Amino acid sequence: MSDELSDQLGSNQQYALHVNGQRMEVRDAWLGESLLYVLRERLGLMGSKGACEQGECGSCSVLVDGQLLCSCLVLAASAVGQPIVTIEGIAPVGAPNDLQQAFVDAGAVQCGFCTPGLIMAAHALLEATDEPGEFEIREQLSGNICRCTGYGRIIEAVQRVAVARRSEAT
Amino acid sequence: MYSRPTMSVIVPTSLRDALDVLAHAPATTVLAGGTDLMVELNSGHRQATAVVAVNRVPELRSWHHDPATGTLFIGAGITYAEIAEAPIAQWVPALAQAARTVGSPQIRNAATIGGNLGTCSPAGDGLPVLSALDAVVHLQSHTTSRAVPFGEFMVGPKRTVRVPGELITGVTVPVLSGWQGYSKVGVRNAMVIAVASAALVADPASGSVRLALGSVGPVILRCPEAEALAADAADFDTATISAAAERDFTELARQAARPIDDHRSTAAYRRHAVGVLAGRLLRRAFPNE
Amino acid sequence: MTDAATRTHLRGRLGDSIARPDGVGKVQGSFQFSGDLTADGFLWGATLRSPHPYARIVSIDLSGAWAINGVEAVVTADDVPGQLTYGLISSDQPVFAADVVRYVGEPVAAVAADHPDTCRRALAAIVVTYEVLTPLTDPERAVDGSHAPIHPDGNVVRHQRIVCGDQTIVGPVVVEGTYELGMQDQAFLGLEAALAIPDSGGDGVELFVATQWLHEDRKQIAACLGFPDEKVRLTLGGVGGAFGAREDISLQVHSCLLALRTGRPVRMAYSREESFLGHVHRHPCSIFMRHHADRSGRILRIEARFVFDGGAYASTSSAVLVNGITHTQGPYKCENATVDGWAVRTNNLPCGAMRGFGVVQACFAHEGQMDKLAAAVGLDPVAIRLLNAMETGDRLITGQVIENVAPVARCITETAALPLPTEPVGGHDRDPLRLPGGAGLTADRRHIVRGIGWGVAIKNLMYSETFDDYSTARVRLADGVASVKFATSEVGQGFVTIAGQIARSVLGVDDVVLEPIDTTIGSAGSTSASRQTWMSGGAVDGACRLVRERLFDLVGLAHQVDPLRLAIDGNDVVDPLSTLRVPVAEATAGVVIEETFEHHHRPTEDLDELGQGNCHTAFAFVAHRAVVDVDVELGLVKVVQIATAQDVGRALNPLSVVGQIEGGIAQGVGLAVMEEIIQVDGHVRNASFTDYLLPTFLDMPDVAISLIEEPDPMAPLGAKGVGEPPTISSTPAVVAAIRDAIGKDLHRVPVRPSDICC
Repeated sequence: MSDELSDQLGSNQQYALHVNGQRMEVRDAWLGESLLYVLRERLGLMGSKGACEQGECGSCSVLVDGQLLCSCLVLAASAVGQPIVTIEGIAPVGAPNDLQQAFVDAGAVQCGFCTPGLIMAAHALLEATDEPGEFEIREQLSGNICRCTGYGRIIEAVQRVAVARRSEAT
Repeated sequence: MYSRPTMSVIVPTSLRDALDVLAHAPATTVLAGGTDLMVELNSGHRQATAVVAVNRVPELRSWHHDPATGTLFIGAGITYAEIAEAPIAQWVPALAQAARTVGSPQIRNAATIGGNLGTCSPAGDGLPVLSALDAVVHLQSHTTSRAVPFGEFMVGPKRTVRVPGELITGVTVPVLSGWQGYSKVGVRNAMVIAVASAALVADPASGSVRLALGSVGPVILRCPEAEALAADAADFDTATISAAAERDFTELARQAARPIDDHRSTAAYRRHAVGVLAGRLLRRAFPNE
Repeated sequence: MTDAATRTHLRGRLGDSIARPDGVGKVQGSFQFSGDLTADGFLWGATLRSPHPYARIVSIDLSGAWAINGVEAVVTADDVPGQLTYGLISSDQPVFAADVVRYVGEPVAAVAADHPDTCRRALAAIVVTYEVLTPLTDPERAVDGSHAPIHPDGNVVRHQRIVCGDQTIVGPVVVEGTYELGMQDQAFLGLEAALAIPDSGGDGVELFVATQWLHEDRKQIAACLGFPDEKVRLTLGGVGGAFGAREDISLQVHSCLLALRTGRPVRMAYSREESFLGHVHRHPCSIFMRHHADRSGRILRIEARFVFDGGAYASTSSAVLVNGITHTQGPYKCENATVDGWAVRTNNLPCGAMRGFGVVQACFAHEGQMDKLAAAVGLDPVAIRLLNAMETGDRLITGQVIENVAPVARCITETAALPLPTEPVGGHDRDPLRLPGGAGLTADRRHIVRGIGWGVAIKNLMYSETFDDYSTARVRLADGVASVKFATSEVGQGFVTIAGQIARSVLGVDDVVLEPIDTTIGSAGSTSASRQTWMSGGAVDGACRLVRERLFDLVGLAHQVDPLRLAIDGNDVVDPLSTLRVPVAEATAGVVIEETFEHHHRPTEDLDELGQGNCHTAFAFVAHRAVVDVDVELGLVKVVQIATAQDVGRALNPLSVVGQIEGGIAQGVGLAVMEEIIQVDGHVRNASFTDYLLPTFLDMPDVAISLIEEPDPMAPLGAKGVGEPPTISSTPAVVAAIRDAIGKDLHRVPVRPSDICC
């Protein structure tokens, strides 16, 4: 593994990332680019958004190796070999999953800029916890800033999904 | 094709390989969680031509409790998300409390204790706890290995004794039986840099009370006078300390602080706040009057 | 490129809480914001900004930038082909500073290059020699004239008085105070971004941009490029929030200029730090108020002095001032007033529109005064406000009669009726994380005091002082599908949702297509001033009604029925007096009916020298009650609950209305306890989200809402605008609650911990 990575990187400007289950080549790149930049500008996955590039807003949230991270704080070249999931990988275009639909139905979307990052964070929360209480929802989403909604409808959406999934499971 | 400053990124998968990189090019920038470095790279405030990403080095991702010595070793690559939860949290509850205040869930999943030590900001959330625990920081290079007490490791704001070629490999903290806690003042309830913080460790075994203050000086400050007063005035068996001793402890903590004015807060408020935190932590450690 | 049209099959009509038509795209990340747009062969653009608040430009050496491989254009003021300045009210702001810079962040040059990092290196290579001057940062020195003009137009943007009624009244009860507000930032998440594509002949340009008013942008861009308006074609790129910050242009001219220079598409996108410097902010303000009242607490006269710090350029400061001073009395009866208001120029960051537009400032002051009055006469905060509550038919101190529905008392009583939080401090589970300080674990329950406070507001809707801010819409009905075209900026507020609801309600269709939002139709006015539901809703409604009239003509002719008898029922055209029922789809098969409508509100007047005149269009009202927990020793605050009753006229989409209310309250909470751009000697200390703090999930209180629906006969759909009121009296309610908890006066927002404890 070490050799493969060293061969790939070093001063080469080409490497591959595993994104949404697919191997994607990153060509002609500058190795100083963040994962957010690479996803958007090199791989055409514009769903993750940049609103601060400091890890202070969560709009760029993705999963790397199952962990919710700010992609603006990940050096893309250092994520080689780690499975990455972006908003585009949550559900096929035109077929939103239950969490995404709940956001739409509960009025949790206004301008929508924070929304992909929030879906990722809520997705990670619901993967980890079946029955998140309201405080837990607030704390687990506290890394995602929304300037439009005041958060109330988002909490409602997450709660609805948690309840629906629990009752489906039983 | 555009001409840019060339850059290399090495992703070693063993500690030996990581140390080899630093041996050959000691000025290589070490990248752990990226929560400090990437902010600087993104804004262009820092350039890096060579980066070694240590997030895949298994030795740095390890931790273990040694019952024989009553200590816990935490690898430099352990994240604050891991520290905030069981099983690590049960060994160092104050560090877990501090971990929970770091940034956000996203930040905690990436930020490492090694990175926190490497950056060594006086506002670093885990640092007052490491100071109060008299933690030992492990540094290794290709040819050397040393263990430096935290109080000697941090020498100034964002300045440590780490020399080029050295990597922080982990930290060892004592596992203690007494009360320990951490408090942090920030203007909002999440993702906030401490304006003042404090960690207190009461250790019945040694009869000591240790107090460390963050964000109120160029380094994490210990308060020997306050600690001596508390050790003397506290009854560990009955968890008792008088109101008068609490007041004196608060005042000594205030006096130990060396805060500055900046855009986040004033020196006066910081001094006041850190005193309040110290007093409240002491009262939590010794709830009876 | 942006989607050509959005087809929706949702069933919602007016009054339904239907989902927004762009919601699925937004939750999947496929909705395109302006920063997501790209074009083949594009270049990145970036802006060089002044590091000094006030300096003369001695020389600019661009050679270092040109020498960098990958740089395709470097432009300065010398390269602006048309008008060198722009502005919403007066064109006093340079496209690029030429001889002097007047604020930190003022644009001096721009580059186009192949990578953002190349741009950064190019900007760093430009050498600007400045002669640093001492900045004017104290607005009082601009008021008293003691500082030399920092701009040819002088240091006073506007001075306006209001003199009304008996100027000699002195109350048996007098309360006064000086209230201050720091600079709040709109902090929309969708950073400034644009894509400019030059016409191949270089004589025109197409711009995709996130903005609040396409046509106003176009006018200014065209003037600066030296083009006729029709050669500048704007399409709305997806907007990630606005809140007033996109009313002034920022990167529009720069990106077009770079595109025309290089002959290639240019993308520009601001960083967060640049965004803080690159758009206008809420005016910092200092307000003195003195209320004279009788012994029962009834207001007799108000004296006030306002100073709004407009920063380096005029923007909309003149209008913000008028809004602020004309709302001096708040939603209360007052017949006598003496008000002196100034909007001045300094070398601080330029200020302009932010949600609330001058009334946030006035409301903080008048609500602080009402609480002082209450204390002086021994009434509680609710009683003093009910005693003085305005009603329809009362006058503003400008002489204008409030003709709208004005349910002030009802706003207050319904808010009061909303249950207080039942949970004690720390919650039922006594969780220390719920206390002020949160995970910082700073407090125990015994350190916390709970307080309750009130704020009530009046807010004008639409533009004022003779401004004819009309809106245009075109509706086409064909084969049972309605297509709606407008230039109304959708910034997240949900106009695209209700546009469809209007069309469905009026025309009886289910399928509505929304056409691209661009300048191929007439102006819709700005998405601001809580005006789009009224104005653009009115335009869509007006166009739909014209279409429906023609539809009824068609059906009437085909079935020998007087069209005046016809109506829409469900999806059909019906004659209620007979059995005639024709599906709209059938009636419009193979037929195209298209109508365009301009909705104008009634004319308004300028204020005269004594501030008299019917300068506003309409008004809405709201009340807020805040419950806060305060750690008195540390000065940390947790806002526990905000209850509100808002005068909305008619909730066309209740879910959308709730969203606006909760979002506006979040911004009000932010101003109350955490948001401020900190400037020292004109330098910004916190241009980042690390230190400009927005409320997070853990800071936002529970919100209890009562919608007061008394349809306003003056509003085309009975609905008043709802966007601004939530952000206006929520701030003073929170501060009043803190005062209640600590028993100490606070006169400045944002309230800092040291204000509370030390």
